[in-house]
Amino acid sequence: MESSDIIKAQLMDERDLDRTLDRMARQIVETFAIDNLGSVNVGLIGMQLRGVYIASRLKAKIAAVEGIDIPLGVLDATMYRDDFRLRLKQPVVRETNIEFDISERHLVLIDDVLFTGRTTRAALDALMDMGRPASVKFLVIIDRGLRELPIRADFVGQKVPTFQGEEIRVRLREIDDREGVWLVERNQKEESA
Amino acid sequence: MTQTPDTQISELSHKHLLGLVDYSDKEIELILATARQFREVLYRPIRRVPTLRGTTVVNLFYEASTRTRISFELAEKRLSADTVNFSASGSSVSKGESLKDTAQNIEAMQLDMVVVRHKSPGAAHFLTQCVPSAVINAGDGAHEHPTQALLDLLTMSDKFETFRGLNVSIIGDIMHSRVARSNVYGLTTLGANVTLCGPSTLMPVELDRLVDRGGVRITHSLDEALEGCDVAMALRIQLERQGSNRLPSLREYHELFGIKMSHLEAHPDLLIMHPGPVNRGVELESKVVDHERALILDQVTNGVAVRMAVLFLLSGTRAQPDG
Repeated sequence: MESSDIIKAQLMDERDLDRTLDRMARQIVETFAIDNLGSVNVGLIGMQLRGVYIASRLKAKIAAVEGIDIPLGVLDATMYRDDFRLRLKQPVVRETNIEFDISERHLVLIDDVLFTGRTTRAALDALMDMGRPASVKFLVIIDRGLRELPIRADFVGQKVPTFQGEEIRVRLREIDDREGVWLVERNQKEESA
Repeated sequence: MTQTPDTQISELSHKHLLGLVDYSDKEIELILATARQFREVLYRPIRRVPTLRGTTVVNLFYEASTRTRISFELAEKRLSADTVNFSASGSSVSKGESLKDTAQNIEAMQLDMVVVRHKSPGAAHFLTQCVPSAVINAGDGAHEHPTQALLDLLTMSDKFETFRGLNVSIIGDIMHSRVARSNVYGLTTLGANVTLCGPSTLMPVELDRLVDRGGVRITHSLDEALEGCDVAMALRIQLERQGSNRLPSLREYHELFGIKMSHLEAHPDLLIMHPGPVNRGVELESKVVDHERALILDQVTNGVAVRMAVLFLLSGTRAQPDG
């Protein structure tokens, strides 16, 4: 949580988030009819930063339920963003590491929040430069609306209509000091890029 | 070395890259961390990202250069920037146009970034006074060559956990070497110890200033330089300057300062670097150049990645009102 945030509501606590991930893991299994090792042609792509941790939790859940190990890659779409020239600060470039061949594979792209759709657009462009996946499905924990591009999610944890100026904070114990999802008001003075 | 730059700063406080002398450890680490991510692009099936689409970069090369110019051009192309190349021969410089006039003309053509190589120290700094673009120094006289030092640092960072306490010896023509100067600044800023080694005729007079920064020592004995050394960086003997009577002969230089297989055998963990182009049998015995502990080709690959990182990190600066 940023120190300047004004919390308006808690949308999920630790248990809610875990149940949502349980449900989404089962949805992935159902969608791709993952039932034996021979037919596994699915890959998970976690988007930096928090999508990576969500993806690895989903991978663990699918392994626990079905006993199937789905390959997991990490994607950073910063290099494909469209807003460099509008920003004063350069965004941090994080690791991209997809060790399996994405061509002819069904991919699940995973992020924490879907907002304008611009990061998703960048991620799709990045994926297309790395190969030709058989299909790409999109999974988010929170869809907050306010899209600026024709992009939608296939697996949604929770739909939350929001206003500009509000923010969704997904916090995960792997990298944050707490776990859960909050709707907050951004402090305009402290706004950062 | 750390892969996640989360605990670091997220942007440079400089508008230009003129030298490493005033770059902080955090800034250098940000460039290296960013370069590691861009290096991954070089191994993709499509080795190009659209990051700098719409940004125009001019490469102003007033001095002969093969690998630095190609490396910058490649970095710009990998980032989808538009590039304009300019070399002193075949341009209006041969008609007597000054650096300032050339720069201002180029500026009038709406360019975003300038990469400059010039024989005069301070040429890059002078350009920042003439044009509002971000300026990257690709070597100015015997002053600095910061992207070369950054690629050397990146190469070392792949091999060692930390720069703290790392012992690096730079061997050869220190006097004429901007590579040595930039490396001394970068390495000491990150906490490494630097030994400068070479014949006294090729040691610069202002060396005391470098020693005063701390972490720098000087020797004229190769054995002393290699004792306890982690990385030996041999500098190119500039054959074009051999008229100046600073060396009795290249053979004698090789005898006294050339790194040979016997040195690699005596120091089983010693790594060898060289900024290129190598004079085989002068700075390094030919077998040493091809040895698995020679990192010379890693340096070349890392050069493209580090230049991509610098171009990316400085590309936003033109929009800033107060630079």
